[in-house]
Order: sequence, then C-alpha cells, then structure tokens
Amino acid sequence: MTTDTDLIRTDPDEPPVAVRQRVSLTPTARVTYLVIALLGGFAWVMIAIVRGEQVNSVWFVFAAVCTYIIAFRFYSRLIEYKVVKPRDERATPAETYSNGKDFDPTDRRVLFGHHFAAIAGAGPLVGPVLAAQMGYLPGTLWIIIGVVLAGGVQDYLVLWLSTRRRGRSLGQMARDELGRVGGIAALIGVFVIMIILIAVLALVVVNALAESPWAVFSLLMTVPIALFMGVYLRYLRPGRVSEVSLIGVALLLLAIISGGWVAETDWGQSWFTLGKITIAWGIVVYGFAASVLPVWLLLAPRDYLSTFMKVGTIVLLAVGILIARPTVQMPAVTSFASEGNGPAFAGTLFPFLFITIACGALSGFHALICSGTTPKMIQKESQIRMIGYGGMLTESFVAIMALVTAVVLDQHLYFALNAPVGLTGGTPETAAAYVNGLGLSSPAVTPEYFTQAASDVGEASIISRTGGAPTLAFGMSEVLSGVFGGVGLKAFWYHFAIMFEALFILTTVDAGTRVARFMLSDSIGNIPGARKFRDPSWRVGAWVCSLLVVLSWGAILLMGVTDPLGGINTLFPLFGIANQLLAAIALTVVFTVLIKKRVYKWAWMPGVPLVWDLVVTLTASYQKIFSSVPAIGYFTQHNNFVAAKESGAQSFGTATSPAAIDAVIRNTLIQGTLSIVFAVLVIIVVLAAIVVCIKSVRAGGLPTTEEPDEPSHLFAPSSFLMTPAEKQVAGEWASAGRTPVRSHAGHG
Amino acid sequence: MPVMGEPSGSGDRTARVGALRAATDGVRWWFSSVMGDNAYARYVDHLARHHPGEPVPTEKQYWRDRYAAMDANPGARCC
Repeated sequence: MTTDTDLIRTDPDEPPVAVRQRVSLTPTARVTYLVIALLGGFAWVMIAIVRGEQVNSVWFVFAAVCTYIIAFRFYSRLIEYKVVKPRDERATPAETYSNGKDFDPTDRRVLFGHHFAAIAGAGPLVGPVLAAQMGYLPGTLWIIIGVVLAGGVQDYLVLWLSTRRRGRSLGQMARDELGRVGGIAALIGVFVIMIILIAVLALVVVNALAESPWAVFSLLMTVPIALFMGVYLRYLRPGRVSEVSLIGVALLLLAIISGGWVAETDWGQSWFTLGKITIAWGIVVYGFAASVLPVWLLLAPRDYLSTFMKVGTIVLLAVGILIARPTVQMPAVTSFASEGNGPAFAGTLFPFLFITIACGALSGFHALICSGTTPKMIQKESQIRMIGYGGMLTESFVAIMALVTAVVLDQHLYFALNAPVGLTGGTPETAAAYVNGLGLSSPAVTPEYFTQAASDVGEASIISRTGGAPTLAFGMSEVLSGVFGGVGLKAFWYHFAIMFEALFILTTVDAGTRVARFMLSDSIGNIPGARKFRDPSWRVGAWVCSLLVVLSWGAILLMGVTDPLGGINTLFPLFGIANQLLAAIALTVVFTVLIKKRVYKWAWMPGVPLVWDLVVTLTASYQKIFSSVPAIGYFTQHNNFVAAKESGAQSFGTATSPAAIDAVIRNTLIQGTLSIVFAVLVIIVVLAAIVVCIKSVRAGGLPTTEEPDEPSHLFAPSSFLMTPAEKQVAGEWASAGRTPVRSHAGHG
Repeated sequence: MPVMGEPSGSGDRTARVGALRAATDGVRWWFSSVMGDNAYARYVDHLARHHPGEPVPTEKQYWRDRYAAMDANPGARCC
C-alpha cells in the first residue's frame, strides 16, 4: 500500500494521538471496489431497465448495499477531505468535558449502535410502504440517491458542527450562527414540527391496533413488562441491562403468542376490541403518564426493549429477504405517480414522493440526535464520518427492506390495505370491487381472497388498514413465514411486526413528549415572572407543560382519527413536509457555517440537498395550501365543505353526516394553517441565513462559534476496522499501560 | 463443529474454534456495551483515572443518579 502516514503527538512523552494518512488504494482494493461498483451497476440495470415481469427482490439489496459501500468510501471521504478536515489531535467534547455520564468517550462501534438506535424507528418502515403505491422504482431511486447526496450529508455535517461546539443543540446553533430572528424561528419550528411528528406516528399506531384484540392485548402487556423491568433494575439487579432485556423480550414473545389465545375467547374479544377513538385517548393518557413518571420506571425499560428489538428484527428481516428472495409484484411505476390520484396519499410523484419518504432518504429529525447525545460521546473527529454518514446509510437500508416487503405483496392486497374506508367501503365485497376497478396488472380477486388473507394473519378484516404498519406487517409475515415456520406462523409474524412497530413508535412518542415538554418549559421560563418553569424539579411546572404538549399532539391525533377523509391520507403529507422542513433548517445552518468559514468551493455539498429540499417542501406546501384539487389543497377542500354545509347538505363526499362535514371543515382549516406556519418559519430561517451569508461574503468571512482547540490525550481508530498504522499506535498505547481502544470496557 | 469431508489438522480446528470464540465474545461485548451493562464499571474506571480519592458510589446509587440525570435532561428518539 502506498501510504503517506503522519503520526501526531500532543505530548512528547505519550504515544501519538492521531494517525493522519492519505491512502491511495492498493491494486487489490481497487479491484475490490471495481467489482462492488460493477455488481451494484448490474443490480441497478436489473431493477431499472430489464424489469420484465419478474424482478427479484435480491437485486434491491445488492443495488443498495453496493451503492452504500461506494458512497461511503468515496463521497463521504471527499466531504471529509474538503469540508470536515478532522483533526484528531484536537480533543472532542467527550474527552474535554468527560464526566463519565453524558460526556463520555465511547468506543466508535458501540456509539454507532447507540446512534443507530436513536435515529431509526418506525419512520423508515412506514414512508416507503406508502410510497410503494407509485411503483417500486421511484421509491428505490429516492431512498438510495437521497441518502447518498442528502440524508447522509446532513447527518454527517450536523454531527460535525455540534461536535466542534461542545455538543450544542440545533436550536442553539441556529441562534448562534443565524442571529436572533433566525434562531427563534428555528426554535419554534423545531417545537411545532415535533408535535406534528408525534401526532402522525401515534396515528399509525392507532390504525394498526384498531379492531384488533390480538394487537391491543399484546401491546397493553408491554406496559406491565416495562414496569417489571424497571423495578428489577432498580431494586433487584441494578445494571444488568442485557439480562433484563432478554427477560423482557421473552415476555414480549409470550405476550404476542398469548394475544392469539386471548383473541380467540369471547371475553378477549369483548375487552380488547377497541375502536380508534378509544385507542387514541389511551395513547394520549399513556403519553402524559410516561412524561411525568420517573424515567427508570417506564421510559428507560421501554427504550431497552426497543433497542433490543430494533437490532434484532432488522437483522431478521434482512436474513429473511435474502433467503426467501421474493419476487416483486408491484410494477416499476404506477399511473398514480403521474395522475396524483393514489389512494394511500394524494398528489403526483413530484413533490409528494419525496416528502412521503423522509426517514431513510433525508430526515430532519436526525439533526436533533446529531446535535444531542451523540456528539458528547465521540472519541475522535475522524469518527464522525462512520457514525453520521454510516449510521444514516444503515437507516436507508432499513427503508429499502421496508419497500421490498411492500412491493412483494399482491397489488390488490396492497391497495385494499392502504385505501381509506371511504373508497373500499370496508367489506371484502366492496373492497374487491374497488381494487378490481383500479386496472391493476395482476389478475382480479374475489372477496374470499381478502377474507382468507385476514384469517391467515388472525385478524377479522384487513380492509383499509392504512398507515403503513399493517402493510409492512403483512409483507413481513409473508417473507418470514416462508423462511421460518411456514403458513402456520403467519399470524405470529404479523403480530410480531405490529408489536415492534408500535413499540418503536411509543418510544418516540414518550421520549418526544418529554423533550417537547422541556423545550416548552424553557421557553415559558424566559417570560418575566414565569422563571420558575425553568426549574425541572418543580412538579407543577412539569405537569402543566406535559399536559400542554400532550393536548397539542393529542388534538391533532384525534382530528386524524375522526377524519372522514381518512387521517393518514390527509396528515401523512404534513408529517413528511414537517420532517423535511426541519432538514431544511439543519442544512441551512450547515451551509451558513461553510460560507462563514469561506469554504465556497465545496459549499454545494450541503447546498445542493438544501436547494432540492426547499424546492420539494415549498412546492408541496404550496400545493397543500393553494391547489384547486380538493384531495390535495386543504383550503379547496375546506371551501367545498363550507359550501356544502351552507347549502344544507346532510352528507358530502365521504362525510356521511352534518357532524362529519363540520369535522372536515375544522380539520382542513387547522391542517392548512399548520402548512402555512411551517413554510413561513422555514422561509424566515432561510432569509436570515441569506442575510448572514451576504454579510460574510462581503466581510471576507465571519467568525463562527467553534470552540477553541484543546489538545487530545487519547487515541482511537477512525472507522470500523483499524488500519495497520492505527494498529501499531494502539499497540504503543497498550504497552505504555494505557488501553485507548476499548478504554474503560468492563467486560472485554 | 467438524466439517464432513474436509481434511483438517487439529491445529487448524483449534485456530478455527479460537476465531469463533473471539467473534462471539466480540458480539457479546458489543451488545452488552450498547445496552449499557458495563456503564458502571466504566464510571468507576473514570473516577479512578480522573478523580482518584473521590468516593465511589455503589452500583445501585450510580444507576439512581443516572436515571435522575435522564429525568432532568431527556434525549430525543427519532421516528
């Protein structure tokens, strides 16, 4: 290998703290990357051009993984060389402020696990499933190209900014770099966006649990399981986290299996068959309880379960797809992509595909994690690439697998699951008539087909189970029952999938409610006379703020649940727009810092995804506000229903009563107003940034709030595997009696 | 596990068993670190390195403090 290696020391008596090397590839490495590139290219050809009737899902896995490897090796390296320029002789906040708690230099591979568990949840599982209505190709292209050029770049660069700023939050960095107005707009934006995200995710859970005694029973059981785990860790065996999590997962599996028994009994059916409104109120009450109860009792144990399940099921799904290798049923592109009349969500491919798939391609929410816990645990600046960019690539892979499980389902089944009840009519007969009338390319189905499909997974009905989670669960049960257990286990796998999606979402709901509660109490605390709210130990303040937060997202949730138009159909676009607008705020902050640092030549790296994201989200917002198509434009829909009410109509469209007409009038007004608020906040942030950028260019650069250098006194490798030079340095530290690599590792 | 029809010396097999054990140990170490099993040991180590002489809390007390800190300063979970 032709390597140009510099060993950098900050103390002549210590081994080197950094290995700086410019590696030019060895002939073997060149051939390896060439083979990976060719294999990836071949897989892309199979998916995009050869198509035919029979595309095997394995090509999706190859196209994705090969593209990720090439992008990680070459594009993220380019960003590292030109923009990030890591200096490992500089101490990270984890080292400088090390307190053994939140600031704690953590092994890069462990931190990768932590970071992945924090960024990935139900989002990358749900969005791709809904986007599958436009065919398999647009979603696949956006997930993979999006993560390489947008999502990975955002996560990488925000993590970098925050690591150089003592782990400051996105809101603080926006204020520091964009000034007061931009900062306040960003802060409000983050809060409002968080509320809508929680509401829509909760709506996904409601739709997955409604009228399903099996799913309701097994999810309810997670609460006593979590309480048991909390008490176990507090009083019986503190610190045995893996042990209690294993017990918890075993109990969870038992809860899923016993859910099947309970759902067979009369009492089980009468107790646990709950309507959407009841479940929605249940989640609201749960959210409130989880945010005021002590963390150790409910939130922390649920989080352990969630982490455990996340890693486990994603590996399981990948193995399942590789072994079962199902054939894709959905066409490459459907007519809904160009006509914009899809049943899962309305609107044409541009811009709505790009906001429906947020997590997995570009997710603004990640900017909150990348500027939260992760930057306080990084050992070395050069590791930011594998954690930030690498972590996002992994989430993208989850999204691709979710897309695969949706597109291998029969098309009729997919649309019967995802069309709102206003279209399918809710019975097997009406649903069969509806999907057979869509002109799908696979043979028509009979009503019995849907009855059989439902009974295979142990449900009374699978018609109009919108929200993505049931579709994914159905697809997973097909894939996994083909590999493990056969048809007999289909119902188990279906409820297993529903359970872990609900678990992820509820973890996000309770953690998000808590974070929003703290943001709210901090903001109220700024008002003169209300300073007491800033004290987190003041219970009254905590209760008041929790209640306000829960009621905010609870109101939107109930609105979605009772919406005659179908909640997911109207609210999911708002979720995507909100998430992507948060990405716009994050990329704006990054772009501004690069301009201030005069990195003009490479500012396009965050600049291109920023412009793309703004074009997509603002076009989508514009259409949601101004479109004259009722299914898309909130205000057109609003005005139509107002006109219907004034004419004295007893029913209109999918609203079958005057009360339902009123509900649509109210909901569309709120949704339309929220769209305006989001867009205006982001426009303010962008304008503030433009002002700062112009000022900076005129002044020939401006100072940023980067922390001054502090010499490092520890060593750690940069990426997943150690280079030979890094191995040598690690050896020097070990023989000097200091073990830098797995420092502090208790067991290992 | 012996592989049928594959001639291998016992030295080879020992090496393979060793590699397998190293791999499972590695996975176990990674998993328990991600879950936080060794957080207390790391904290004790941190105190010994940076604050020698300071009182070391018991494991029970350490976790109480840690959850209290999480209560006061929540971390977000993404969608």
